[in-house]
Amino acid sequence: MSQERVSLSKARQQWVGWQRMLRVQRPGDLFFRGITLLFVLIVLGLVAGTAWILISNSLPTIRRFGFSFLTNKAFDPVHDVYGVLPAIFGTLMTSAFALIFAVPLGLGASIFLVDFCPRPLRLILAFLIDLLAAIPSVIYGLWGFLVLAPWLHNAGEPWLQQHLGFLPLFTGQPEGVGYLGAGIVLTMMILPLIISVSREVMLVTPIAQREALLALGATRWEVIRHAVLPFARVGILGGVILALGRALGETMAVTMIIGNQANEPSLSLFTPGYTLASVIANQFGEATPGLFLSAIIEAGLILFIITLITNILARWLIASLQRQAQGSRGGRP
Amino acid sequence: MSVPMPTSPSSTLQSGESHLHPFLTTRSSLNLRRRLVNALVVLSTTLAALFAAGLLIYLLYYVLSQGLRYIDLDFFTQLPTPNGEPGGGMGEAFQGSLILIALASLMGVPLGLFTGIYLAEFGRGPFAQGVRFLVDVLNGIPTIIFGLLAWVLIVIPMQTFSGLAGGFALGMIMIPIVTRTSEDVLRLVPRELREASLALGATEARTILQVVLPAARNGIITGVVLAMARVAGETAPLLMTAFGTTFWNTDVTQPMDALPLRIFQFTLSPYQQQVNQAYAGAFVLIVLILLASLAVRLATGGFKQR
Repeated sequence: MSQERVSLSKARQQWVGWQRMLRVQRPGDLFFRGITLLFVLIVLGLVAGTAWILISNSLPTIRRFGFSFLTNKAFDPVHDVYGVLPAIFGTLMTSAFALIFAVPLGLGASIFLVDFCPRPLRLILAFLIDLLAAIPSVIYGLWGFLVLAPWLHNAGEPWLQQHLGFLPLFTGQPEGVGYLGAGIVLTMMILPLIISVSREVMLVTPIAQREALLALGATRWEVIRHAVLPFARVGILGGVILALGRALGETMAVTMIIGNQANEPSLSLFTPGYTLASVIANQFGEATPGLFLSAIIEAGLILFIITLITNILARWLIASLQRQAQGSRGGRP
Repeated sequence: MSVPMPTSPSSTLQSGESHLHPFLTTRSSLNLRRRLVNALVVLSTTLAALFAAGLLIYLLYYVLSQGLRYIDLDFFTQLPTPNGEPGGGMGEAFQGSLILIALASLMGVPLGLFTGIYLAEFGRGPFAQGVRFLVDVLNGIPTIIFGLLAWVLIVIPMQTFSGLAGGFALGMIMIPIVTRTSEDVLRLVPRELREASLALGATEARTILQVVLPAARNGIITGVVLAMARVAGETAPLLMTAFGTTFWNTDVTQPMDALPLRIFQFTLSPYQQQVNQAYAGAFVLIVLILLASLAVRLATGGFKQR
């Protein structure tokens, strides 16, 4: 009896398998499927090719300098000695600055947008935030260079020095261009991104959880604190890391205001500096084949690896939240 | 909004039941504290939103109002004047941007669209999941990396900066955007439509090409417009590929100008005339992107209540 059942199900499997094969084996379908797969493979090849080109072209400097490329301060074509310590420091410094200000501000703004904002205003603000996330970085750079930097030079930095000059952050010569300006511009650039991602994940919170807390007599803040934030935490973290990736790789706006000098890493925010991306943008023009060219590409490789890691982490976190939220209806009461 | 907030959450309970959850206690001091905290949070998040929105609106307003002053017909039709003499425009930048976007679309749209079709129609299993993940990650790679790629692959072997290299770099940026939007809209096409077509005897390929794709046409166009708007503002990958020029050029093997590239160079210019033109260019770029996102919103019904 059971033997018979097994063989029956086997026959059924075989039948389904045949059907599937027959369907696929219509030449037209097979051809079409093959074409789409071919395009997928081309895209995969382009991604793999990008990684391969970056690695193979930075081999000369990797062989020559090894890990000292990361700790060397000079980027000196004259003596053919290259290192990206100031650039790595500048990249981390400006990105950290941007996160410190943009995360609380963006989180607060998205809580307001999701829970407290009157409806007509919410639609307008949400559209505006999405629009601002799409504004090209060269526009932020233009504003940073033409408006922010002169203001910092004449008013902002002298004021900070006068009142907070005892902090190591605000020592040195106010120059306008430098870490401070780059940090401010980056803050403004990642703010819309953080707001729009956290707003979206907060809207995914199951409506039943909010209603349950409201029914218990919770205040609006308690609903957010005990239902929305625990639920959206992972997604918000993903959004923040996504924004970090954007800040780390931002080129134009930063290049226009950071000053582009390979200075000693220092805590002073007034110092002009470099980031990995701005080194590339500034130096490629003079690049001569050999170590110089290879050094620029290795700077790109380091940037590629850093942003790859942050992006994989961010996507993984956001995807895990979406899986968790599947099947429950999100929204606000 | 429709659920009224109870002002006194648990008036029926007796006081002193401290073993209950804090929400259910009635001691008025605690209630006062909770309401105070709530008010404080409402206030601070409102301030955060106002500050963030205000800052960004100010930036937008400043650039737009500055730019509007310097726009005239010449701005779109004339070449830049040498050494910041009055007059002139950035016509070659508009021309170059159009050519670069066309080149990028030639590469990015087919690759993105077919990858999207594969993911939506045949995309099951770990391989498709991997492709999806990779495409998402590709979207977050700094665009200057693709500039470097085109520089090494095209500019250095050809020994000249070229529009072709710029188009290639921008095409790489378009791929993930087109892929994800076309996959999403293809998935929205109702199952019944496919089943009806298959039941009528159409093959799988014919169903996709003649039923599913036309049904998703608007969504796909939306995705392509979105991707074009995105690359229209890209500067970093063009620095080392298209490079820029101040002359008319339609030869894609030669350096080519682009609107964001011209804005960048004129922003750093020592001549006030060119700085003014950078503002005007920024105005045009912002308006183009505003129009694209408005069109996308209207096409996808994005103004619906969320």
